[in-house]
Amino acid sequence: MISADIQTVLPEILLSLYAMGALMAAVYTIKDGAAALLTWVTAGVFVLLAVWIGINGDGTTTAFGGMFVEDAFARFAKIIILLSAAIVLLMSEGYMARRNLLRFEYPLLVALAVVGMMVMVSAGDLMALYMGLELQSLSLYVVASLRRDSAKSTEAGLKYFVLGALSSGLLLYGASLTYGFAGTTLFSGIIDALQDDVSLGLLFGLVFLLAGFAFKVSAAPFHMWTPDVYEGSPTPVTAFFATAPKVAAMALFARVVHDAFGGIVGEWQQIVAFLAVVSMFLGAIAAIGQRDIKRLMAYSSIAHMGFALMGLAAGTALGVQAMLIYMAIYVTMNIGTFALILSMEKDGRPVTDIQALQSYSKRDPLMALVMLVMMFSLAGVPPMLGFFGKFYVLRAAYDAGLGWLAVAGVIASVIGAFYYLRIVYYVYFGADQDGTDSRPTPVLWTAAVITGLIVALAWLPGVNLFGIEPVAAAAAETLVN
Amino acid sequence: MTVFAFIFYLFAISTVLGGLMTVISRNPVHSVLWLILAFLSAAGLFVTLGAEFVAMLLIIVYVGAVAVLFLFVVMMLDVDFAELKAEMSKYLPLGLLIGVVILMQMAIAFGSWGFADGAMGRIAAPTGEAENTAALGLLIYDKYIILFQLAGLILLVAMIGAIVLTLRHRVDIKRQNVMAQMHRDPAKAMELKDVKPGQGL
Repeated sequence: MISADIQTVLPEILLSLYAMGALMAAVYTIKDGAAALLTWVTAGVFVLLAVWIGINGDGTTTAFGGMFVEDAFARFAKIIILLSAAIVLLMSEGYMARRNLLRFEYPLLVALAVVGMMVMVSAGDLMALYMGLELQSLSLYVVASLRRDSAKSTEAGLKYFVLGALSSGLLLYGASLTYGFAGTTLFSGIIDALQDDVSLGLLFGLVFLLAGFAFKVSAAPFHMWTPDVYEGSPTPVTAFFATAPKVAAMALFARVVHDAFGGIVGEWQQIVAFLAVVSMFLGAIAAIGQRDIKRLMAYSSIAHMGFALMGLAAGTALGVQAMLIYMAIYVTMNIGTFALILSMEKDGRPVTDIQALQSYSKRDPLMALVMLVMMFSLAGVPPMLGFFGKFYVLRAAYDAGLGWLAVAGVIASVIGAFYYLRIVYYVYFGADQDGTDSRPTPVLWTAAVITGLIVALAWLPGVNLFGIEPVAAAAAETLVN
Repeated sequence: MTVFAFIFYLFAISTVLGGLMTVISRNPVHSVLWLILAFLSAAGLFVTLGAEFVAMLLIIVYVGAVAVLFLFVVMMLDVDFAELKAEMSKYLPLGLLIGVVILMQMAIAFGSWGFADGAMGRIAAPTGEAENTAALGLLIYDKYIILFQLAGLILLVAMIGAIVLTLRHRVDIKRQNVMAQMHRDPAKAMELKDVKPGQGL
């Protein structure tokens, strides 16, 4: 029996063994000299595992008495997490090497964080969920303060750590109340226990759990840490924060509400809808005053999480499918945008002020075009990819009878379009001034151009969003039944 | 009131008292001592529940290690606690208000607490022959082995993190190189020159 269990968690075990082996190998040999090599190897391992999970995965298997669930939903999330983490690692290598930040622990901490995320999306038990979440969070706290000599970076790490610990406390309290009601921590047991009427105490537990998750996905009103952490962390780390951990936390959110609380959709639907509305409006309005592009991306991510939560609020298989498609699209757009942000520099120093983008199109027409595509897509302008993501969640919310939520989403999207389009205005019609140079390394250039092409051309009839729709539908089907 | 109930209330009251005094006592060293009282009383509560292993663990780990560590930190760090307290008193009314609101909400939640069908049976202590330590071992190393291993990974990350964030290789100091010292050959290290009188080298 144990061999079958190990078979199921083999990708996670292999990745942990790789991280530990590489750590030992680097410590006892050339230490930071191996950092660049390790970054590439780690990215390669991520890609291999993603391919392996994609090809080998089949059906639904549970391991360790139901604590670990391997199904189409987990595989979908894991593949996005692994691929996006691989691309972000490759993008960060040049930037960190130039700023003397490339330490060999960085790719290994990212690998361990990815192990945590894989456990999170496969968790079938409140304890496994917490273990995965802490493994991921602890690695992220460390990489946030990787630039030790910068006060902002250490502040980012400390703020993230203190608020993260608080949210973990909320989550654990909710988990203990849930356990107190149901008498089990297994999701399959909780959903059985919740068939008939539920007590008020369980609803308290549910609210605490959801507050903890909302913190991890940075949904308002639990978003306070996001702008400071995004601004203070080194830019490649910010790019990582904005992609894989968001997918993992969102998938975890969906798994808990459907796998454990699927019997009381009406109870959590109102909470998730509230989080969605507040996040969308806060992200759209608060970003208007931002001058730093990393802070702006932080508010943008809050707004996008609001949209993804809107899909979840629908409480249907269509809603989960819309959420998965939205997250895949969101990650693609963020990779492209951060490839551009990482290549923004002036006199060899990174710049993050959006004013520095004035008349960028005259200095680098191609990158300016990619920037235009990304900003239009983030704003949700058709026919860019971002429009389809918004379209799916709006349809899911409308079909589930949440018409008011869909209308609120459209209004927030229009407000949010202002700050994305302002960047496009600066890039194309800004005052002719001495702004940022663009020095994309080959990796950044490739990432920007490829994601630009994907985002701009995915609507073509033959491409059809790369066939993600049926895959996401199958993944959602395994979760909601 | 039975003896058991008396013991329970004794430990419960001293746990709450210890926690309260930890927060409100003026001297940070006293706070740590009150914290130790809270830990000890909580250990007593565990014993009344029949979980003597957890009780011993609480005393050894929390009282023996963590609280003593706190004590050292409090004594060695030069933190002006009076200033921190003054800062805190500004937010005290708001904090108290929120605390009271949460307390009342908790009263509502726990006042109408209900269990799911069969929850009591699942929560009940196992009635096997195995004693505490053996039963825990069976759970941790068998049923929950994956959680145990994940906890190990978390500790590894904590260790890597502590090293990454604090280890600094200084290049501006001179270090002892033992191998170089041992391989030093006296014959090569010093050269004797016979300087003739009246001539330079």
